[in-house]
Amino acid sequence: MKRVAITGAGTINALGHDVPATLEAMREGRCGIGPLKIRDVERLAIRIGGQVHGFDPETQFNRQQLSLYDRFTQFTLIAARQAIAQSGLEFSGALSARTGVVLGNSGGGMTTLDDNYRSVYEDGKNRVHPFVVPKLMNNAAASHVSMEFNLKGPSFTVSTACASSNHAMAQAFQMIHGGAASVMVTGGSESMLCFGGVKAWEGLRVMSKDACRPFSANRNGMVQGEGAGIFVFEEYEHARARGADILAEVIGYAMSSDASDIVMPSRQGAARTIQGALQDARLNPEDVGYINAHGTGTAANDKTECAAVADVFGVHADNLMMSSTKSMHGHLIGGTGAVELLACIMAVRDGVIAPTIGYQEADPECGLDVVPNEAREADVDVALSNAFAFGGLNAVLALRRAS
Amino acid sequence: MSIQNRVIAIISEQALLDPQDVTVDSTLEELGIDSLGLVESIFAIEEAFDVSVPFNANEPSASDFDISTVGSIVAGVTQLIKEQS
Repeated sequence: MKRVAITGAGTINALGHDVPATLEAMREGRCGIGPLKIRDVERLAIRIGGQVHGFDPETQFNRQQLSLYDRFTQFTLIAARQAIAQSGLEFSGALSARTGVVLGNSGGGMTTLDDNYRSVYEDGKNRVHPFVVPKLMNNAAASHVSMEFNLKGPSFTVSTACASSNHAMAQAFQMIHGGAASVMVTGGSESMLCFGGVKAWEGLRVMSKDACRPFSANRNGMVQGEGAGIFVFEEYEHARARGADILAEVIGYAMSSDASDIVMPSRQGAARTIQGALQDARLNPEDVGYINAHGTGTAANDKTECAAVADVFGVHADNLMMSSTKSMHGHLIGGTGAVELLACIMAVRDGVIAPTIGYQEADPECGLDVVPNEAREADVDVALSNAFAFGGLNAVLALRRAS
Repeated sequence: MSIQNRVIAIISEQALLDPQDVTVDSTLEELGIDSLGLVESIFAIEEAFDVSVPFNANEPSASDFDISTVGSIVAGVTQLIKEQS
């Protein structure tokens, strides 16, 4: 089976408009969550989010592109340009045919939906822009990446709510591992911070009005973010042969379904998936130094996730570090695993563990080392990234320091 | 219909029970209402009484709105109607 290297990374999210800015913010434990600046925010009960500020799409895209690109597609393309530039790859001929795009996304073009529903329902208009459908479809971002970079291999969008990106990256890994592709552009994006998007989440009564405080006893819910994380996964020998800088190696994954509840997480399901990733990557529990937690900051997720980690790692659970960077960038739903993979790369490549910020009170049910409030230097060889989605669909990835 | 009977009607519908089988002393757990059922019941109460119930599933005991029994929910709704009308 082929080994899989990561040779490019890109992002735009509430912490920064590229990877260096995002990692610097994670190292400093900076919070990207703040007051939402969106239309009709005064009609919302939840008024905070990890919004991308200072981003002017008109400087990045022309008029024709803007008429086709929803905000989630814009984020995807910005991040994909960075990742592909870093990889140094150019796609033509045989490589183009052997390179695909698999991306995670949950809501599709929510801003486009919101704007156009408002137009026909609230404003009473009977005509919408001709590109509403190609703009809002969930696969729009993957398609535009394939068009901009001439990628003609297996390409599609994976939608598994909060695990979308992890499922997408696991799929991309599998494509290269099994020989179906040489290079995969993968990751995910989300942009739900519009009136209708936040209003829908409000209904579930799991959102915090003030902060995302994963694992802290006084946590009171999740906070939404937006943005994208995109990576270039490349067949290891292909990367080595051209002397590419390898950011990290993807060494395994597991996917599973709880088959139990549409919103409540399952300790057994989470444990089974973490265990599966260890087996797939041929790891012993002691090999893992860092876990980027799903860590949503809800009462249910955080205690369930800690219990699952304790079940799998036994005594080693007390030695490893597990943080939730959602405390800083918010929950990017279908894009969240991708932005969180950056923290895993930082752990194995730079030896810096991103903190869980906003941590105020110890919770006996979340008794692991959650790297509270301040980043830490540590020598970590292997990191895991957890994602446990609504619908009980789980995906865990394993990364190793490039050797 | 009294506030109590309207709340019981909402909760009994959620629990798939006859309203006569729901008393003020019943707890939601006894009635078989899970976390999703609770959130739906609160939504139905807000719509029926045109009030806003301060309920966050992550910290159910953080507000004054007590969901421990049907009777406490009726008392909470009565209070909210007084405050928010």
